Formats: sequence, C-alpha cells, structure tokens
Amino acid sequence: MADTLLSLRGLTKAYPGVVANDDVSFDIRVGEIHALLGENGAGKSTLVKMIYGLVKPDRGAMTLAGAPYDPAEPKAARASGVSMVFQHFSLFEALSVAENVALGMENPPKTRDLAQQIRDVSEAYGLPLDPFRVVGTLSAGERQRVEIIRCLLQKPRLFIMDEPTSVLTPQEVEILFATLRKLTSEGTAILYISHKLEEIRALCDHATILRLGKKVATCTPAESTARELGELMVGTSFAAPVPRAHSVGAVLLDVNDLSLPAPGAFGTPLRGISFSVKAGEILGLGGVAGNGQDELLAALSGERLSAPGSVVLKDEDVSRSGPMARRDAGLLSAPEERLGHAAAPAMSLIENGVLTAARREDLVTGGFVNWGKARSFAETVISRFDVRTPSPGTAAGALSGGNLQKFVIGREILQRPDVLVVNQPTWGVDAAAAAAIRQALLDLAAQGAAIIVISQDLDELMEVSERFGALNEGRLSPIRPVGELDIEQIGLMLGGAHDMEVAHVA
Amino acid sequence: MIRMERRAQPSRVWTALTPVLAVMLTMVVGGIMFALLGKPPLDAIRTIFWDPLFHPQFAAYSRPQLLVKAGPLILIAIGLSLGFRAGIWNIGAEGQYIVGAICGAGMGLAVYPTTSPLIFPAMVLAGAFGGWLWAMIPAFLKVRFGTNEILVSLMLVYVAEALLASASQKLLRNPDGMGFPGSRNFQQYPAAHNGEILANSGLHWGVLAAFVAVIFAYVLLTRHIQGFNIRLTGEAPRAARFSGVSPARIIFLCLGFGGALAGAAGLFEVSGPAGQISIDFNSGYGFTAIIVAFLGRLHPVGILLAGLLMALTYIGGELAQLMLGVPGASIQLFQGMLLFFLLATDVFTNFRVRFGKTEIA
Repeated sequence: MADTLLSLRGLTKAYPGVVANDDVSFDIRVGEIHALLGENGAGKSTLVKMIYGLVKPDRGAMTLAGAPYDPAEPKAARASGVSMVFQHFSLFEALSVAENVALGMENPPKTRDLAQQIRDVSEAYGLPLDPFRVVGTLSAGERQRVEIIRCLLQKPRLFIMDEPTSVLTPQEVEILFATLRKLTSEGTAILYISHKLEEIRALCDHATILRLGKKVATCTPAESTARELGELMVGTSFAAPVPRAHSVGAVLLDVNDLSLPAPGAFGTPLRGISFSVKAGEILGLGGVAGNGQDELLAALSGERLSAPGSVVLKDEDVSRSGPMARRDAGLLSAPEERLGHAAAPAMSLIENGVLTAARREDLVTGGFVNWGKARSFAETVISRFDVRTPSPGTAAGALSGGNLQKFVIGREILQRPDVLVVNQPTWGVDAAAAAAIRQALLDLAAQGAAIIVISQDLDELMEVSERFGALNEGRLSPIRPVGELDIEQIGLMLGGAHDMEVAHVA
Repeated sequence: MIRMERRAQPSRVWTALTPVLAVMLTMVVGGIMFALLGKPPLDAIRTIFWDPLFHPQFAAYSRPQLLVKAGPLILIAIGLSLGFRAGIWNIGAEGQYIVGAICGAGMGLAVYPTTSPLIFPAMVLAGAFGGWLWAMIPAFLKVRFGTNEILVSLMLVYVAEALLASASQKLLRNPDGMGFPGSRNFQQYPAAHNGEILANSGLHWGVLAAFVAVIFAYVLLTRHIQGFNIRLTGEAPRAARFSGVSPARIIFLCLGFGGALAGAAGLFEVSGPAGQISIDFNSGYGFTAIIVAFLGRLHPVGILLAGLLMALTYIGGELAQLMLGVPGASIQLFQGMLLFFLLATDVFTNFRVRFGKTEIA
C-alpha cells in the first residue's frame, strides 16, 4: 500500500525461557492512530523497543516508508523520524522545561529560541506549558507534555506512546486525545499502547492485538465491542476450570461496605466493597492495573484504617487496628511491590523475616530481637520455598524478583495465617516458581485458611480460585463461582471499568 | 569508557575504607590549600594531626582537650545518628544543646548556694529535658501538620540563640557580676560543677555519658526491636508501615532522643569546660556533630572515632592558627573538606567502577 508508513514482517525476539515476540507482522499507515493492545506480558513493550532501536530482533524485518529500517540505537530511530514517550518519564526535576528539552537534543538552539519553539509547539497542539517552569513543580500530566513536546520538536513521522493515560486525570486525557487527533490530521502516525479498551475504541483507527507474544488480530476498534476486544486480548485458551471438591468452613473474613478516599493524586478510592471469604476457600479478584488493587490490600493489611465494622476477622472488628494487631489476630498479607513495600531492599533476608514475623514467630523477647531464631526462621523459608540465595544474610535487593517473591510469600505462609491476602503473587516470576507459589496457596487453603488472591493474570485466577470478582475503579463486581463463568462474562466484569472515564471524550 | 555500576549490596570493605580515604584526601587537598596560603603544607598538617598529641611542649595541655571537645560531639552525634538512620533530619541539635544548657544551668542556679549530691544529677535531667522539649517542637509539627523537620529544627536554633542572649543578660545573669552579662561560674559552685573525674585527663561526666551513649546506641541498633524499626523506617518507609511501625512514634522517639542527648551535652559543657551561661558559650558543637555523625557512618563505634578525629582537628586547628598564623576560616574549610570527601568517596560503597564499552540495555 502506498500510504503504509511502517511495515513489520515476521518480527521475532526470544529471551532465555520466553519468546517475547513470535513472528509479528502488521502495518501502520500514515496519519492513523494504531493501537497495540494486550495484557501485561503479552510482548507489547518488547515490540516497541525493537521499533525504537532499544532491542534488536532475532528475526524479521521492518520497512519505514518503503525503505529498509533497522535502527541500531534510539538515536538512529529518532533520525529516521520515530520518537517515543515512555510510561516512566526521564526528566531532571531541578531543571526547567526548556533545559530538559535541550538535554535531549543533538544541537540545542539558544535557550531563548528554544523557549520560543516550545511555546509555538505548545500553542499549536493545545498543550499549555511554560518553558521556564522547573520540572519539579509540574504535575504528572504536565511532565508528560514536556516529553511529548520534546518529541514533537523533532517532527516525527511515527510517534509511539506507552500507556500514556495511566498517569493522567480525565481532563488531561481529553487534552491529550485532542493533541493526538491534531497530529494525525497533519499526517503523523501514532502507535498507541494500552490495555484500556474503551479508550482505544474512542481514539484508534486500527488495533493490533498481541497475546503471549503472537499477533492475534488486527481489527477496527470502532467496529468491535469492548467485549470482543477483551476476548481477543484475553484469548480463549483457558483450561476449562474444574470446580474443585473442597470443604469450605465458616466465614473468616467479612468485608462490609469498605470505602476509603484515594491515598494520593493518582490513587484509586475504594467504593463500597463488600465480600466474605470462608475457611478453605480462595477468592480471586481480577482487574486491570490501577483499579484499586493496592488500595484494597492496604485496607486489609491494616496500613490504612477504615470505618468501624468494615473489616471483620473471625467475628472481631479489626477495622481500626494496625498491621501488627491484625497479624496477631491471624490476618496476613503480601503486597505487590516486593522492593520497598513487602521487603526492605538493603536489609538481609533475616531482617526481612523479622519485618512481618516478629510476633507470630516469637522472634522478639523483652524487646530484644533473637537473631538466632530470626536466622533459623529465614532459613526455613529459604529451604521450604526453594529461594535461591547465597545465604540468609544476603540483602533482599540482591535477589532476583522471582526468588524474592518466593521468600515474601513463604514468609507469610509459614506463619500459618487464618486469612492471607496476596497481590500479584506471581508477577514477574518464572513459570516454575509461579507454579510453586500457586501450589503453596492451594495447600494453605486445603489446610483451612481463607485466601484472597488479587491478580491481573486471569489464567492464574482461574487456576487457583473458587470464586471470582473484578475490581473496576475501586468498585467490586458481584462475585461469581468460577465454574459458572465463561470468557464473555469475565470480559464484561473487567470491561465496564473505563466507560465513565472516556464517556465525555468520545 | 568509564561507567558506574550499582552494587547489589553496599560493599563492606568500602564502607570501612572511605573514612580513611577521605581523611587522606583532606590532608592532600588541605596541604595544597595551606601551600597556596603561603604556609608550609607539611608543617601545617603535622601541627593539626600530630602536635596536639605528641608535641613536647603543648601536648600536656592539648591532650586532655581531646576528650573535652570529643565528649559533646560524640554525645550529640549519637543522638542525631538515630534520627538520620530513620530518615529524620534533625539539623537543630545546636538549639537543643543551648536550651538544654539554659534549663540545666537554671536548675542549678535556682538552688544556689545550697549543697546536695542530688543537685548535679538533677541539673543533668533538667538539661536533657530542655533539649527534649526543644526537639518536640519540630516533632509535633511534623506529625500533626507535616512540616519539614529540617527547616523547623534549624530555625529553632536561632530562637534558642536569642533565648541564650536574653538569659545571659537578664534571667540568669550573675547578680554579683557587677552588671556584666553571663551567669555565675559553676567552677565556684562545687555541688553543680562538672569537674574532671581524673585530674588532667579531660574526662568529665559528659565524656563518660558519651561513652555510655555509644554502647547504648550500639545495643539499641543491633539487638533491640526499636532499633530495628528505626533502621527499617530509614531503609524503606513503606515496608516499615507495612510491618506496623508507626511513623509518628519513630519521629517522636528519634527527635526526642536526639534532643535529650544534645540537651545533656549542653549542660555538661556549661557546667564544666565553659563554666557559665554566656552569650557565646556554645561553640557550634551541635552543627559539627552532624559532620561527626556522617563521618562515623551513622555507626556508634564510627561516631566515637569520628568524634575524636574531629576534636583533634579543632585542637590542631587552634594550634595551627597560633603557631603558623593560618586564618581560622581555613581550618573550618579543612573540616568541611573532610565531610565533602567522605560523601564523594561514598560513591564507591554503592557503585562499582567499570572500564569498558557501554552496552545499551
């Protein structure tokens, strides 16, 4: 086709143990917004890194406007007219907007001229920004504008954006969309990475959907329903979940109308969440990232306190008790963020054992830590959960993600919780370790614990849980037995989440 | 191409080596500075580091001064180090030191001229209480309103200095002092005097208290759960909250402890080496102690050694001014260099230097 800008043919990239992209081919046309859609780990990031010259493909070829395109580094990609805004910004907080932009340029003009260029671009594309403001004082949305303007000054032909709306308020999303539409009207093509279905339907001309590294389909999002897109993204490859024979006991944890305001500018408020979990049962809570998962865990672990009566553990109201009291009562948890939240990176595994097990494992007597006992507790976790580490004295931050995750989960399981809450228990963990962690959760439930698994991995939830609910913008969908669910219903439960967010944009 | 690579965990060797390296670099660059000032560099370095201890003529006087100067530095730095370990930046130890001195001295002067063995201990308690109280202001404001403790504690130093000026001219002025500012001299009031425990050693009760504080802090940090909580709060505040550590409690604990030790140090100083409340009895120990705390790697034993080293540069610096006529500011610059080089060489603790071609991630 004459109007094809970038054409990908058979791109393949394998990492040890995983094929990130397997024979991916599609075209991006001049002046279109092309969505790249997929779940976490579907291979979206690897693909755009190849286009932007950060990663070299093992096989396959790209052509840009008919000419072979094989960027060796991002500088070469930029020279060919491909630029990218990352999810995480790379800006110096202490410098002004203009200085930050100048740092990314090969031959920056004088600051005054550059400031004028920034003003021109920001007016032309409706992105208000003062070139002399210090970046440290800008909001996340404004920082993103700096990155966008930095790219626009290079007059790109292809503009890649990696989950741009994840840090934006709805008003900022509207401004961004208007900018992107203006860009395409001038002939710039945009590759837009997201997993927010409604957003893509409202904005994008075409969508390429990746699942497990392979291209599943290229379609026109406006002509598909969110449900169809969700099905394509999630796939239909679920092993039909077998309802497990299990004996559930009494209700151990009862959550009633739990509501909490958002913890910060980009947090999610919890809105009237109610559910209960019984002994011997695993409840799976799904949802796309940023829909209240972290906030729910903090409300259950005791890091944030909620209204009296909203968290009831074994008929005892623990809503106003902190983490220590909840652990004493048998409610344990493992947050998603391993480094800095579930574990202190610079401290040893022995010390990280004391972090949550101090009281249940009797590691402290009369205020003094019994380091001998703490060491043997850490050693038990390490051997029972096959944590690969030179010694228990090694700093947590020196372990690989999977090994640290095994330690964090093992630390809680070995304390024999009555109720265990885990968030993303196998995120970034290799397949073998993930299977081990899931098996440990199933075993713990079989011993009579009530478990809540919060995860973005649907396959995982289908594998371990008996009942399933989805978090949408801090609300919890009705909870359904997994055996009764099909893909369509799951898609619907996850879906509705973003209707409201883009309603006024579309 | 040289590049820095983050170490998986901080190097133990470099943690111990950087203070030594920093002292050596300070000597070299300080020597160049003295040479530029037209002073013989080797003589200047020797006068600062060697003569205070071993000079045939002056050592007898300057050796005891080592403990006199190191005592308050160590005592204050130990208190500060606990806060620094938890990421609580109490920069106002100087103010807590002054208010402690005023409270403790006020306690002693209030009962003048009665004698009782309880007077001096009561003064120490009053001094510690004064420092604690002064530190509770930034602590309370931080917990209640989220203010920045660096600014509040620093500003309160200037308030404390104003209080000191007022106390030495009005409230605590010696009624028999013929109108001169300054309180009664505690050297003439034995029940309240913090004299030498061993003659000509420089060892007074404050030095003893500093040694006790070193041991106490060591045990707290390595064995006690509160010490663990302090370290955890500094290393990973979110993990500390997840563990169940209350941030407010750590703030009160660390600032309170730092304030109490600084206040006690003020009392020991005013009732001993300084002798009286005067408008300028404080010699900036509260600020220098910050350098001591970092030079000692926030480790109790390190602080003990760093306090002695810093005291040596104080005494040696005075000696160098006297003997070689180097300007006083150059000595302060010399001490500042010590902290500068320590922080600079600190990079090697967390990073490894690699020579070779860079690779794009």
